[in-house]
Amino acid sequence: MPVNHDIEGIIRHVAEIIIDELKLEEVTADTFNPDMDLVDELGIDSMDLATIALVLQDEYRIAIDEDDYPRLKTIRLIAEYIEEKIATKN
Amino acid sequence: MKTVSSLLDKDWHERYRRISTLNIRSSIYDVTNRCNLRCKGCFFFSSGEHQAAEEEMDIKKWEDFIDREKERGVNLAILIGGEPTLCMDRVEAFYKRLPTYCATNGLIKVPREKFPDMMVGISLWGGGEDEKILRGRDTFAISSKNYEGDAYTYYLFTLTPRQVGKIEPVIKRIADVGLKVHLQLLSNDERVDGFSWREGELKDLRQEMDEMLDHYPQTVISCKYYHEVITTGKMMGRDFGWNECPSVTESLDHRTNRPRRLIHFSRWASDLKTVHRCCTSATRDCSTCKDGAAHMSWVMVNKREHMKSAKDLQNWIEVYEMFAKLYHFIPW
Ligand code: SF4
Ligand code: SF4
Repeated sequence: MPVNHDIEGIIRHVAEIIIDELKLEEVTADTFNPDMDLVDELGIDSMDLATIALVLQDEYRIAIDEDDYPRLKTIRLIAEYIEEKIATKN
Repeated sequence: MKTVSSLLDKDWHERYRRISTLNIRSSIYDVTNRCNLRCKGCFFFSSGEHQAAEEEMDIKKWEDFIDREKERGVNLAILIGGEPTLCMDRVEAFYKRLPTYCATNGLIKVPREKFPDMMVGISLWGGGEDEKILRGRDTFAISSKNYEGDAYTYYLFTLTPRQVGKIEPVIKRIADVGLKVHLQLLSNDERVDGFSWREGELKDLRQEMDEMLDHYPQTVISCKYYHEVITTGKMMGRDFGWNECPSVTESLDHRTNRPRRLIHFSRWASDLKTVHRCCTSATRDCSTCKDGAAHMSWVMVNKREHMKSAKDLQNWIEVYEMFAKLYHFIPW
């Protein structure tokens, strides 16, 4: 499980996962804009999101409900969602 | 990094936004094993799928099943068969619960009082003569009377090798009765003589399909990229077939290459328990499959693959828009 659970740490790790899973080029975790709309700008679809969600579930040991996908529009929103899930778990 | 806004101008981006959040989750249902026609080359009967499962007759079981499908996340029910209009109560059970599309041969009219905005796709296999050879009668004469001017109906025109060079009169007949048409290709599952695609024919056909779109833009619901993909079986340098097909029933999809696919897609038999391999016949050879919906979905599930250039992404948008129109998610 990733050690850094503060919001900036989660944002960075989510960015790394997205870059890795979607095989994105010309972007790094440092340059990835956490407020970029993932559907509207990056063109990800629900299958991409499902793939990313699977990795996040494993890494953070949380459950991500498919109904929540529409909320997960940016890296920051995903990170906040994860933070919320971790908080309710503890 | 290539982003949508770096590739598209304002108008295209607006079109992209309109469809990018639709999140369509379709499944296909064999409403019945019976039909009032017996067309040569019909995959349902030629592959014996009409005998694969015993039809569920209890309407309450259909209603409960559809409720479960809705809970499973399905938001588009595609009704096929057999002929769904032979079981109007089942069609109604779907329509009351889910956005519903009904494929029909058009011989029986869906009563619009009960189904005011249900999308209806009428199968058509060519001009009168071809229809007589393949289906035993000229169904257009009847279906066009039933549905003339209907705003939620279109013809699903299956092009055969015998149609090459002869599509226009059919399109014109459809335009004249105030209906729309979408084009797809025959796979000739029953190997009817003279109806298999020969070298070069598909190239000519593609050109003709493009011309029809140019000449009848209000009537033909299609786009040139779809014509390219369906006639060549190629998309972004990849070949269509089993390893790429997006329309495989999820519970039967054990492909190790894990291609991009329709999420939660299933094709259910009319016993509501059995599932079929894919959106068409399980006996069909994937390497020669021309299924229109599968090719369309193939493009749709590969969005990011189309973010290589503005033209590629525009092509993707046009295919998605075509699908969304055909299933009434956006207006014509
Ligand atoms: S009308 Fe449709 S279901 Fe009936 S035999 Fe013809 S193709 Fe098959
Ligand atoms: S027959 Fe066509 S639709 Fe069915 S699995 Fe093969 S390629 Fe896909």
